[in-house]
Order: sequence, then structure tokens, then C-alpha cells
Amino acid sequence: MDEMTWLDYLPVLGQGAWVTVQLTVWSTLFGALLAFAAGLGKLARNAAVRGLSVAYIEIFRGTSLLVQLFWLYFALPLVGQAIGINLRLPPVTAGILALSLNIGAYGAEVVRGAVQAVTRQQYEAARALNFTPRQTLFRIALPQAIPEMMPPFDNLAIQNLKDTALVSLISLADLAMRAEQLRNYTQDSTTIYTLVLLMYFGMALVLTAFMRGLSSMVGRWRPAQR
Amino acid sequence: MTDPIIRFDKVAKRFGDISVLDGLDFTVSRGEKVTIIGPSGSGKSTILRILMTLEDISDGTVWVDGEPLWHEKAGDGTLKPASEAHLHKMRGKLGMVFQSFNLFPHMTVLRNITEAPVQVLGLSKPEAKDRAMGLLDMVGLSDHAEKYPHQMSGGQQQRVAIARALAMRPDILLFDEPTSALDPELVGEVQEVIRKLAYEHDLTMLLVTHEMRFAREISDRVCFIDKGSVHEEGAPEDLFTAPQQPRTQEFLRAVLDG
Repeated sequence: MDEMTWLDYLPVLGQGAWVTVQLTVWSTLFGALLAFAAGLGKLARNAAVRGLSVAYIEIFRGTSLLVQLFWLYFALPLVGQAIGINLRLPPVTAGILALSLNIGAYGAEVVRGAVQAVTRQQYEAARALNFTPRQTLFRIALPQAIPEMMPPFDNLAIQNLKDTALVSLISLADLAMRAEQLRNYTQDSTTIYTLVLLMYFGMALVLTAFMRGLSSMVGRWRPAQR
Repeated sequence: MTDPIIRFDKVAKRFGDISVLDGLDFTVSRGEKVTIIGPSGSGKSTILRILMTLEDISDGTVWVDGEPLWHEKAGDGTLKPASEAHLHKMRGKLGMVFQSFNLFPHMTVLRNITEAPVQVLGLSKPEAKDRAMGLLDMVGLSDHAEKYPHQMSGGQQQRVAIARALAMRPDILLFDEPTSALDPELVGEVQEVIRKLAYEHDLTMLLVTHEMRFAREISDRVCFIDKGSVHEEGAPEDLFTAPQQPRTQEFLRAVLDG
């Protein structure tokens, strides 16, 4: 067999990187939805909604992502078997689900904090103008809170990108998995892991640039860089 | 006094152990311009905040336009605590101008003024815009409709806030120290707008301020509040020149000699 050079690694690593990108994008999107649902749920007046949100946030922040992943992939099917439902998830689904649930729990605290940081004066002005609580949330509070969420969301998205490496442990062929396969085959650890490092870093840069753009879009009403 | 639009009937307000209003009786007639003065912590702002439903009451009854504000009549004629629906209905009669303006920073000046008329009153956008532009003209800011609040001075922001409150066509307009947060050179432009409102509109106005000269100029009546109840009240020329109560004399001496 011919000697492989770093150029030969790229197509294999590229395939893995594409899986990583997809995992990141989907789990960040679903995670953001969960973050808003649970973050606003925690502020809801309805005690059941509040309790459910708190339970979700605490469970998924308080346990390790790896265990959540294994539980969804390995344990859930057995639970399903016991009650006669097929709960076997394809690795991609289990991976995206675990990542979303995990990042959503952290994001929920960001959403809650940003909404609570909107000043009392704003809520009072909204009340004086007779906005309903729902209108106040969606028209007054959230538009001011969302720009505040962007820097922590950027952090979470990058955290999420890096966490996707864990899904290789449930046999998903992401960037980390491909790197491991190549390394087993060629033993060229230095080159492979340097490339992988650079690829993760590149993806993180793109992600941050995207979040910057999003941030200036949702905050275009704000005074120039404070 | 004919046709009271606001009546406080033995109203108490306590925050924990601290009593802010203590058996307050206080009445404002329709169209009357009343200024409330008094030392800080005397409960002046609390009166406005109770009317705007930003604070509830601990005891007594507040009547606005013939209806209880914080209560509604139960089937048997007794008063029970107001529902949110009742408060929503009653709030429509009132508007408030805050010390710190409280404009919505993410909306242009025009949106600040049109948002509630469109969303709460159900006006069409063109109607709301017409109304807003008329009010901006009145406060002298027609050219600033597309600006954001942070691009304006405090005086301009407060004038927008007055326009925003007026856009809801309230019967009663509450001013909570409207010039206290302003740099001295910006006080005049805001007072000018309030003065014009006081002279030209039949709006009922209730003003809390520390600007005694301004109070004297625009008020039909001045109320001196101390320790949560009306200590002395009267026409501005009487209260400011010949206060009867020692406490009033002392307060006026302190603020006027300042």
C-alpha cells in the first residue's frame, strides 16, 4: 500500500467534518428552541410549567453529556422494550437529541437571565400603556433581552461544536471518529490531530462570525459598541 | 368639589412594616391640575403609582371616574379585589410620564408612540402614525420620528414620553417628577410642554414635582403630603405665600431657600 500524505487524509476528515457541522447546526437550533421554551417556562406564572422547566434544566445541567448520550442510545431502547414500544434511536437522532437537550438546559438559564435583566422601568412603562403580559414579553422584553443573550449563546454554540466529538462514542462517523480511524490505520497521530485541531478551530471561527452577524442584526437598534 | 374623577378613601399602603400611606383622603376634580409636593419618602410617588396600578393598596378604596380602581363590585354589591380584566379596563383611563422617561430603547420614536395605540387600542397603523405625528409636532419633535431614544437628549426623550402617553388619549395624566432626571438646561423644554398641556387641554393632570415655581404656575391646587397623608392643600397662591401648618412652612422654607 502507498504511503498516505496529509493531503490524502483531507477527504476522509472532510467527511467527518461535514457530519460534525450538521450535528452542530441541528443541535444548536433545537437547543435554542429548548432554551427559549424552558427559560421562559421558568418565568411562567403557571406552577406546572415552571416546575417542568426547572426539572428539565436541573436534570440536564446536573448530569454529564456522555451519560445522557449513552442513556438515550443504549438505555432508552431497553426501557422501550420493557414497556413494549420501540425506542431505538438511530445514532444521529440520539446524538442530536442529547446535544440539544444538554445545550438547551444551559441556554435556558441564559434566556431567563436576559429576560429578568430587562429593567423594572420597562415593565412599568409597558403596564402604564396597558400592554398585556404576553405583548409585554414579546414586544418589549424579548427584543431587549435577545441581544444580551448573544455573547453567551456564542459560547454555548462553540461548546456544543466541541461536544459533538462525544457522539463518535455511539458510532457516529464525525470528525473525531474519522481521525481515530485514520490514526489506527496510519499511526500518524501528529499530522492527523493537528489537522483535526485546525478544522475544529476553523469551524469555531465560522460559528463565531455567524453569531456576531446575528448579534448585530438583533441588536441593530443599540448604540454603537458599548 | 364637583364631579371627582379621582378619590382616595382612607387609603393605606404598607411595604412590610413601613407605612407609606396612612388613611389618605384625597380628591381630584375632572380637568383639575393638581400638584403634589412633600419631602422625599412622604408617599407622593406612591399615590401616582397606585393610580397607574403599579402598586396595589393595603387598605381603603380608590375611585377613578366613579368606579373602584383596585376592586370590583361582586354580585351582592360588596367590593372584591379587582381582576386583571378590570385593571386593564381602568388603566385605559390613565397615562403616566416617568422620572426616567422609560422609552423603549429598541423602538424608534415613532414606534414608541404608535405601538400601544396599534396593539392595545387596535388603531390601524396609518391612524396611529397620524396621531403620533400630530403629537410629535405638539412637543416640537416632528423631525425626530425615526431616531432611537439613545440618539436624543433627556429633554427630548421626556417630550417623546409625554407624546407616547397622550397617544393613548387618557382622561388623567400622571407626571412622576418629570424633570428630576434632567440636566438643568433641559428642564425648561419639558416644562414648556407640560405648561401647554395644562393651559390648553381639559385633561386631568396630577403632578409630583420639586419645582415649586413651576407647580405654582400650572396648578389649580397644590397638596402638601407628609407621612402618608394630606397635611395641607389649597390654591397655589395661598399655600405658597401663606401656609397655615408649621410643617408646611418648614418644608417650603427649606425648598424655597434651597
